[in-house]
Amino acid sequence: MNKPLRRIALFCGILVLALLVRTNYIQYVRADELNANEHNRRVQIERYAHERGNIIVDGEPVTGSVETTDSDFQYKRVWKNGPMWAPVTGYSSQAFDSSQLESIEDGILTGNSDQLFFDRTLSMFTGEKKTGGNIVTTLNGAAQKAAFKGLGAKKGAVAALDPQTGAVLALASTPSYDPSVFAGNSMEDSDARQKLLQDKDKPMLNRALRETYPPGSTFKVVTAAAALENGLYTDIDEETDSPLPWRLPLSTNLLQNEGDIPCENASLREALRWSCNTVFGKMSNDLGNAKMIEQADKFGFNKEVFTPVRADASVYPKDNQPQNAMAGIGQASNRATPLQMAMVASAIANDGKLMQPYMVAQRQAPNLDVIYTHEKEQLSRPLSAENAQKVQQMMETVVADGTGTNAQIDGVTVGGKTGTAQHGLNNSEKPYAWFISYAKTDSGSPVAVAVVVEDGNANRDDISGGGLAAPIAKSVMKAVLDGK
Amino acid sequence: MSVVTNTTTIGAIDAPSRRNTELALVAFAVLISVFAYANVGLALNGELPAGMLGYGLGLALLGGVAHLAVRRFAPYADPLLLPLATLLNGLGLALIWRLDQSERFQAIKTFAPAASKQLMFSAVGVAFLVLVLVVLKDHRILQRYTYISMLVALVLLILPMFFPAVNGAKIWIKIPGVGTIQPGEFAKIIIAVFFAGYLMVKRDALALASRRFMGLYLPRGRDLGPILMVWAFSILILVFETDLGSSLLFFGMFVVMLYVATERTSWIVFGLLMSGAGAVGVATFEPHVQDRVTAWLDPFAGWGKEAASEQMAKSLMAFGSGGTLGTGLGQGNSDLIGFAANSDFILATVGEELGLAGMMAVLLVYGLIVERGVRTALAARDPFGKLLAIGLSGSFAIQVFVVAGGVMGLIPLTGMTMPFMAAGGSSVIANWALIGILIRISDTARRPAPAPAPSPDAEMTQVVRP
Repeated sequence: MNKPLRRIALFCGILVLALLVRTNYIQYVRADELNANEHNRRVQIERYAHERGNIIVDGEPVTGSVETTDSDFQYKRVWKNGPMWAPVTGYSSQAFDSSQLESIEDGILTGNSDQLFFDRTLSMFTGEKKTGGNIVTTLNGAAQKAAFKGLGAKKGAVAALDPQTGAVLALASTPSYDPSVFAGNSMEDSDARQKLLQDKDKPMLNRALRETYPPGSTFKVVTAAAALENGLYTDIDEETDSPLPWRLPLSTNLLQNEGDIPCENASLREALRWSCNTVFGKMSNDLGNAKMIEQADKFGFNKEVFTPVRADASVYPKDNQPQNAMAGIGQASNRATPLQMAMVASAIANDGKLMQPYMVAQRQAPNLDVIYTHEKEQLSRPLSAENAQKVQQMMETVVADGTGTNAQIDGVTVGGKTGTAQHGLNNSEKPYAWFISYAKTDSGSPVAVAVVVEDGNANRDDISGGGLAAPIAKSVMKAVLDGK
Repeated sequence: MSVVTNTTTIGAIDAPSRRNTELALVAFAVLISVFAYANVGLALNGELPAGMLGYGLGLALLGGVAHLAVRRFAPYADPLLLPLATLLNGLGLALIWRLDQSERFQAIKTFAPAASKQLMFSAVGVAFLVLVLVVLKDHRILQRYTYISMLVALVLLILPMFFPAVNGAKIWIKIPGVGTIQPGEFAKIIIAVFFAGYLMVKRDALALASRRFMGLYLPRGRDLGPILMVWAFSILILVFETDLGSSLLFFGMFVVMLYVATERTSWIVFGLLMSGAGAVGVATFEPHVQDRVTAWLDPFAGWGKEAASEQMAKSLMAFGSGGTLGTGLGQGNSDLIGFAANSDFILATVGEELGLAGMMAVLLVYGLIVERGVRTALAARDPFGKLLAIGLSGSFAIQVFVVAGGVMGLIPLTGMTMPFMAAGGSSVIANWALIGILIRISDTARRPAPAPAPSPDAEMTQVVRP
C-alpha cells in the first residue's frame, strides 16, 4: 500500500504548491493592480488618514481638516467662509470626490505627489506624521470679499486679474454653496449634495469660469481693438463711416441703438462712450468674420483657459455676415466667460500684453519648503502698446463721462465698458448686466475686473451694466488699490 | 528475528521518543502566538493588551496539557503534529481577537466578539484530543465500529437538512442552550473510520475482481455499489444543503482511500469523471453554485450587484494590499470583507497583515501537518491504520486546498473553515480530535517492537575452544 501512499503524498504536495504559487501570484504579481482597483476602499482610507494640506489666501488658510469618528475616514475637509471661496477651491468630499483646485492639486494636498517624494522619504526617517502640502493662491482676500458681497443675493460672477502678471485676484460666483456640507460620507452629506444638485439656481456652477454669456457691449472694446490693429481706423477721434440707421447686411432689419444717442458717423471714442450698436456692428461687418475671429482668438477666445482650473472656451464663431455684425457687438452666437472678459480688460490695461491667468502662486511641501513658484508668462499680444493706449483712452472716457460713471474712484484713473446683453428668444428674457474695467496708477494697472449679473429679479428697465455691475467692479478695484 | 527492517521513513527501533523536542516546539508555538497577540495590541491601542497574560497562559496550558497527555499516553507519537496544530490554533486566536477589535464590526448590531469563545472551544478541542489518547489505547479498536460509524455519519450529514439555511448553506444544526453545531466537521472523521474499515475488508475484491477494459480495470457492479452510493450521497448533500465544500471533501477522501486500498489508478479516473459530471450537473440548475462560479470567473464583474462576487473581490484586494511583507498585524483592513472575515476568510487577514511571507509560512505549516499525516500512514503497520491516517490527512489537505484556494480565487469559493484558524467551535474541536487520532496512529507506528526475550540457550551455543 505504500506506493499509492507516496503518490498521495505527492498529490498533497502539489495541492500545497498550487496554493503557494497562487498566493505569490496575487500578492506579488497582481498586488499593484489590486491596490489600484477602483473598488478598493483602502485607497480612500489611506487618502483620508492624514490631514489634508491647505489652500492659502493672503497667508491664511481658507481650508482646514477636522477629525471625524463616524466612519473609517479619519479626516474631513472644512472650509472657512465656504460659499465665498468655493469657486476658487472647489470641493473635496469623502464620498463625492473633489473638484477644481482641490482636485487638480490633490497630489500636493494629500502629500502623495511625486514632487513630494524626498519630503516623504525624509519624514519616514524622522517619524513625522504624514500631512499634505499647501497651495498658496494669488487671490486677494479683500477683493474676493468685495466681489462676493457686491454680488450679494444677485445671480452673477466676478473675475479679477492682475494685468501685469495674470494673477487671479478674485473669482466669485453667486449663488454659491458651502462645500463643507457634503465633505463627509454620511446620509446627511448625500442629502445636502442632492439638494444642491437639484437646485434650479445651480449653486455649484462656477459662473466665473464655467458659464458663457453673451458679452454684450463689453465686447465692443475687442471690436475697437480689431479696427485699430487692422488699420480700419487709426485716430480714435476721427469720424467713422457710420450711417444711421444702419441696415444689417443681407437683411431688411435695421440695427437699433439703445435710445436716441449721437451715433451717426461718431468717432470711436464717442461710439464707445455711448455704446453705439450701429457703429460697432458696421465696424465688425467692415472687418469681416475672419479678422474678428483672429482678434478674438488673440484675446483668448475659442480656447479653454487653464488657471490651472479649467475655464470653458469663450466662443467667437465662424458666421455669416449679419451674424458676424451682431457678434461684433457681443450678441448673436458670441459667448464669453467672465474670466475671458477680465482677460480682455487686463490685456488692454497692460498695454496690449495678455498674461496667462493663474491662481497657484506656490506649492509648498508639508514642511513649508517651496517646491514650485509660478513664473509670469505672456499668453499673447492682442494689440500693440500704441493701440492699447488708444483703447485705454476710450475706456477711460466711458468711466469719466459716459455709461460707466458708477465705477469712478477718486484719484485713480479707471477705464471701463458697460454691457447689457440681450438673450432668450427675441430677447424675451431679462438681459445680463456686464461691466469690465481696470484701474491704473503710476506704476501701471494693478487690477482688471469683469462683472456679470444675471439678475432675473430686477426690473427690466433697471438692468444696465453701469447700474448693476459697475458698482461691484468699483468695490473690487478699490479693495485691491487699498491693499497696495 | 529482526523487526528492524527499516522500510519506513519513521520507525527505527531505537528512535528516541522526541518528546522533549515536541515540548520545545510547543513552547515556541505558544511564544509566537503571544507575540502576535502583543503585536495586535500595540498596533491598535499602543499598549500591550490587558488580556495578554491570560491568553498566553491559556494557550500555554492547552499546549502543555496536550503535551503531557501525549507524553503519558502516546510517548512515541510524531513530535511535529501537536506543535503545528498549537501554532495554527494560537495564531488563529490572535487573528480572531484582532478582528474583534475592528470598529467596522463593532458598528454592526449583531456582531459578537469571538475570541474568548474560540479559546473555550480550543480547550474543548484539546480535551477531545486528550480523551482520544486516553480512551483509544489502540486505533484498531475503531475497526469494530465500521458500520455504526456509517450510520452515525449518515445521521450527522442528514440532520442539517431539517434546520434553516444560514447564509445560503444548510450545514448547521441548532441546539437550544448549546448553540449551533456543524455536524459535517465531525462526520468527516467518522466517515473516514467507516471508509477505512470497509475498504480494509473489501480491498481485495475491489482490486482483483475486475475486468480489463481499454487499459482500465473496471470493478464489478456489486463492488461498485458503495462508491456509487457515496457519489450519489455527496451530490445529494450538495443539492439539499448547498454545501459544495463538504461534498467535494467526502468524495475526494473516498477516492483517495479507495486508491490507496486497491492500488488501482482506474479508481482515480472514475472518481474524477464522476465528481466532474456531478459538479457540472448540479451547477446547471443550482443558482447558489452558479453564483459562486461566476464570482470565481470574474470577481470584479459583479461588483455592487452580487454579494458573492463582491466578497470574492474584497478578499482578493485584501491579499493584494498585503503585498510581500504585509501591513502588520492590526494595521490592515481585511475586515472590509464583512461577516465571514473571521471564519471562511480568516486567511485574507493573514494575507493582508502578514503578507506573502506570512501566507507562505501558514500554508507550509498546513502542508507539514498533511505530510506528517501521510508519513504516519506510511509508517503504520496495519492496513486499517494506514487507510485511516491517509483518509484523515487527505481530507485535511483537501479541506485546506478548497478553503485557501477558494478565498484566493484559485477555485470557486465553497464556504468551509480553515482548520484551527477559523472561528467556529465544531471545526476547532473536530480538528483537534483528528490530530488526536493521527497522534495515536503515529504512536503505534513508531513504538519500538518489544525486545526479543532472552534465549535460555544462549550460553549453550557458545563455542568452546579446545
